[in-house]
Amino acid sequence: MSLLQLSDIRVSYGKAEVLHGVDLAMAEGRIVTVIGANGAGKTTLLNAAMGVVPSSGTILYRGKPVPPSVEGRVAAGMCLVSEKRELFGSMSVEDNMELGGFLRSASERAEARADLYDRFPRLKERRKQLAGTLSGGERQMLALARALMSRPKLLLLDEPSLGLAPKIVAEILGIVAELRSTGVSILLVEQNARAALEIADEAHLMELGEIRRSGSTDEMAADPAVVEAYLGGG
Amino acid sequence: MALDRRLIGFVGIAVVAAVPFLPIPPFWITLLNNIGLASLVAIGLVLLTGVGGMTSFGQAALVGFGAYTTAVLTTAYGFSPWATLPLSLLAGALVALPLGLITVRLSGHFLPLGTIAWGLALYYLFGQIQLFGRYDGITAIPPLELAGHRFFSSGSIYYVIWGCVIAVAIGARNLLDSRVGRSLRALRGGTQAAEAFGVDIVRAKLTVFVLAGVLAALSGWLYAHMQRSVNPTPFGLNMGIEYLLMAVVGGAGHVWGAIFGASLVLILKDLLQRFLPDLVGITGNFEMIVFGILLVAILQFSRDGLWPLILRALPARKRRPLPKADGALGRRKLAPEGTTLVKLEAARKTFGGLVAVNDVSFDVKAGQIVGLIGPNGAGKSTTFNLITAISPLSGGKVIFGDATASAKSPREVARHGIARTFQHAKVLPEMTVLENVALGAHLRGRSGVVRSVLRLDRAEEAILLAEAETQIARVGLADYRDRPAGDLALGQIRILEIARALSLDPALLLLDEPAAGLRHGEKQELAELLKKLRAEGVGVLLVEHDMSFVMGLVDHLVVLDFGTKIAEGNPAEVRRHPAVVSAYLGGVS
Amino acid sequence: MEFTILAFLVQDGVTNGAIYALLGLALVLVFAVTRVIFIPQGEFVAYGALTLAFLDVGRMPGTAMLLVVFGIAAFLFDLVETRLRPGLPALARSAAINLVLPFAIYTAALFIVPTEPNAFVKALLTIVIVAPMGLYVYRIAYRPLSDATVLVLLITSVGVHLAMMGLGLAFFGAEGFRARPLTAGSFSVGFMPVAAQAVWIYGVTIAAMVGLYFFFEKTLLGKALRATAVNRLGARLVGVRTQLTGGTAFVLAATIGAVSGVLIAPITTVYYDTGFLIGLKGFVAAIIAGLSSFPVTALAAIGVGLVEALASFYASNFKEIIVFTLIIPVLIWRSLTTDHHEDD
Repeated sequence: MSLLQLSDIRVSYGKAEVLHGVDLAMAEGRIVTVIGANGAGKTTLLNAAMGVVPSSGTILYRGKPVPPSVEGRVAAGMCLVSEKRELFGSMSVEDNMELGGFLRSASERAEARADLYDRFPRLKERRKQLAGTLSGGERQMLALARALMSRPKLLLLDEPSLGLAPKIVAEILGIVAELRSTGVSILLVEQNARAALEIADEAHLMELGEIRRSGSTDEMAADPAVVEAYLGGG
Repeated sequence: MALDRRLIGFVGIAVVAAVPFLPIPPFWITLLNNIGLASLVAIGLVLLTGVGGMTSFGQAALVGFGAYTTAVLTTAYGFSPWATLPLSLLAGALVALPLGLITVRLSGHFLPLGTIAWGLALYYLFGQIQLFGRYDGITAIPPLELAGHRFFSSGSIYYVIWGCVIAVAIGARNLLDSRVGRSLRALRGGTQAAEAFGVDIVRAKLTVFVLAGVLAALSGWLYAHMQRSVNPTPFGLNMGIEYLLMAVVGGAGHVWGAIFGASLVLILKDLLQRFLPDLVGITGNFEMIVFGILLVAILQFSRDGLWPLILRALPARKRRPLPKADGALGRRKLAPEGTTLVKLEAARKTFGGLVAVNDVSFDVKAGQIVGLIGPNGAGKSTTFNLITAISPLSGGKVIFGDATASAKSPREVARHGIARTFQHAKVLPEMTVLENVALGAHLRGRSGVVRSVLRLDRAEEAILLAEAETQIARVGLADYRDRPAGDLALGQIRILEIARALSLDPALLLLDEPAAGLRHGEKQELAELLKKLRAEGVGVLLVEHDMSFVMGLVDHLVVLDFGTKIAEGNPAEVRRHPAVVSAYLGGVS
Repeated sequence: MEFTILAFLVQDGVTNGAIYALLGLALVLVFAVTRVIFIPQGEFVAYGALTLAFLDVGRMPGTAMLLVVFGIAAFLFDLVETRLRPGLPALARSAAINLVLPFAIYTAALFIVPTEPNAFVKALLTIVIVAPMGLYVYRIAYRPLSDATVLVLLITSVGVHLAMMGLGLAFFGAEGFRARPLTAGSFSVGFMPVAAQAVWIYGVTIAAMVGLYFFFEKTLLGKALRATAVNRLGARLVGVRTQLTGGTAFVLAATIGAVSGVLIAPITTVYYDTGFLIGLKGFVAAIIAGLSSFPVTALAAIGVGLVEALASFYASNFKEIIVFTLIIPVLIWRSLTTDHHEDD
């Protein structure tokens, strides 16, 4: 059984359809990446999976239809780290983390927080600071940590490398790769295709609202079409 | 088909004219008079709210100014009622102008709150002015008089009122279907695009504000001579809310809907006032409960009002052939190839401590296509916004042609002959493709409000529309000319934006990610079009992500990363540049 | 002007200002969390004051019945919504909140009213009757519009205001009422007599502010409300339901309105439409604070109270004109300093 199975997902903004029937299935414990150019519909796909934008088609999560609302999906164990991070800028790092565990009990929150402070010592140092004053890399870490506070089964990661210097991208993606060992499955959307292919197990290439190619990361990295368009060869 | 809308319109007018001859109770005529008066205000609100996107709860106070002006002048100074008509309208305009100047500067939700505030303040003011008879008001206002006939009866003033309503409704429709009308219709949700094509937004807003004020004053003038007495009550906030309810019921974008809304609300009010007190057991204005619920229900279930539902039942409007254009628009004399069209000198933008654009310099020449590229978040869009004066420079200069200083507004940029498209396409979804594109030619026409209302603008309008049609055909959207822009696919909307930009007859074209969302064939057509423009001597600057599209097209590339220009040169050079390879093409170092 | 007169005016201004502050806080709270500009806030004040006045004379207040009506309407809205995806627990919860609760309050009122309880019981009963209305008003009018623009929500608010004011007229009549103070009498500070009711007003205002501060800073629900205000999508992404925060904000607002009504009922005659003007003055304060800052709202509210007190002394006929004209420069200033988002 797939952890997440998207079938014939269509999304329209006004009358213009931007996702034209996307099918995608991912198994538990995997890191799956969706790569593609700006405007290909990658972010829309994640938002549809999370319920942030309305879509048609079916979304099965652990074999059952997903709850209709974003909040219901969070409660079911899905969690989206948006491209824009969506932090609570005028609240402290610690409050952001607390709210990440909104649906958890106080003791679960305390445990998760201690755990995440170990993993992100930088956030522990800055726990009293306002989220809005953090640097780009720290914000991305906080977004990840906040998401992990909810103890998700499936993490939807949208462009974690966006706007970050290469060194920090490596650090963040390193953390993402490690998450697999904690039992979190990850659907990763990245424009930085090379970096994404390095940590993922399988990859899908999106173009103009459709999935054009799918395969293991090795196959995809060797695919001339992918190389030409997204890996900057030629 | 036998029935068309024009015929329905004529039948409607004939029925309106026949009403006083029908054997109906006199209070029906009174009710119809009230509906007519309210319709005038509601049409003003349609222009203001539905078209201009500005919600006003304060129109009743403006009706008051029209009414009090004639009441005071005719009773205290012996003016004849007809002589006070222009003065009443002027009073409406003169009060609306400063209120508008204040109000149009209020953004978003502050604006309706502001109208509530001045609506209340003016109401209390009416009740305090000695000249206005304080809360008692003014009585014994003379009736209208024409060739010895005095309009005492409600049946006779009926024709004056409904004559005004029909004339105003037709005038308003004429206005909306014109060059000025397009700029007004862009106020709701399309101000950025309109401004980029030279529409003076503040002036357009003021125009509708004053027009709505004049219509309210006209209603007030008629009211004073129908009622022959005035006091502050009908000019209070509750009435202001009722007028807005009429506009919302009608569907705030429709002129005829305003008359429909006024009818529905006032008939309902009449029925409720007759039957509700018996139901509740005490007297009072209980219709407000129903009106309040009605307002909320319409917003919840039919946010565009009820008129569109009726329109759907009517036969579809016939596709209008374009009027025959007598002549064509003059073309800009393009600068010789190689002339600098825009020059960035250490352009800089900071947000708080963050440097988004770090002293970037480059220029675009006539007959040249320049690409501005860089990874996500590199500052391309911010740079684009600096060039188009959407956001102000923190330092440095952006000089167009032989200008000496940076442009201060997108409107000024447009006047330099610079047209743009938007990354997130900004078209007006309810306007047709033709109208959207014609908006691009705004600066190439001159007709104003009065000419439009009176249809003296038709010759110029025909030429503007012909130009728009030419550009639509040029980009290959001819089949969609009369469709609402909202019906188009995303790629087509991007193409539509390019046609709109071409309607400005630009010397320089600024394109923000034009190829995003285009299919392969569409991209090729776009590239061909841009090459053709280049050959004509137009300069093009494009921000683009699609490397294959850019590489084959541009003469010159500028690469940004983290807000700083890291490379510049022809595509082959840039492609080999080590900083570019590592920054733009990604990879974990 | 004599010093005593000035002192009286200041006292008067501060007393009214404290009420405006309470209402201003509620308006800021509701706007921040739900983007609703809550024009009907004042109606809760009138409902609170008139309910208390009715209880004072041993009459069953119409609001108790109104509460039941609101509850039934809210239940019907839930029913229509859940018919799409039926679920017994959801239906049971809806029935408990929307039917059982108001009916229990109504029944309790039925028993308590004839016993001529003391002032505090009456005040408490008033609040218990009015506060849940916030939830129902949210459920009926605003929740179906949660995706609408601020402007549409504002027009909705005007509709709700109109309906609630009309209902106030239907249930309480056009006559004005004044309630008995919580504690009668006055005492003097130096040369100036201070009414005991004024002290209640100051005390409750301060207590409400402190209470809100703790709620927002120390409780997870309070933080969730703040988070919703800061970033609506962010809040949803961590599992904070909009219905929860919206409902909480409206109940708090209705509670604050009812409390304000209880506080002013003894110092001024309240008509069914008095609340609107009082609420609007809270608005002036809330807007000065950009609909965002609680402390600035409180300070601005005191300022509005003082301006009003001075205006009523120097130009009593023009009092309302001055107060409502005051809002316009403030709005302009706010427009110029707030980021403008075209399509919002």
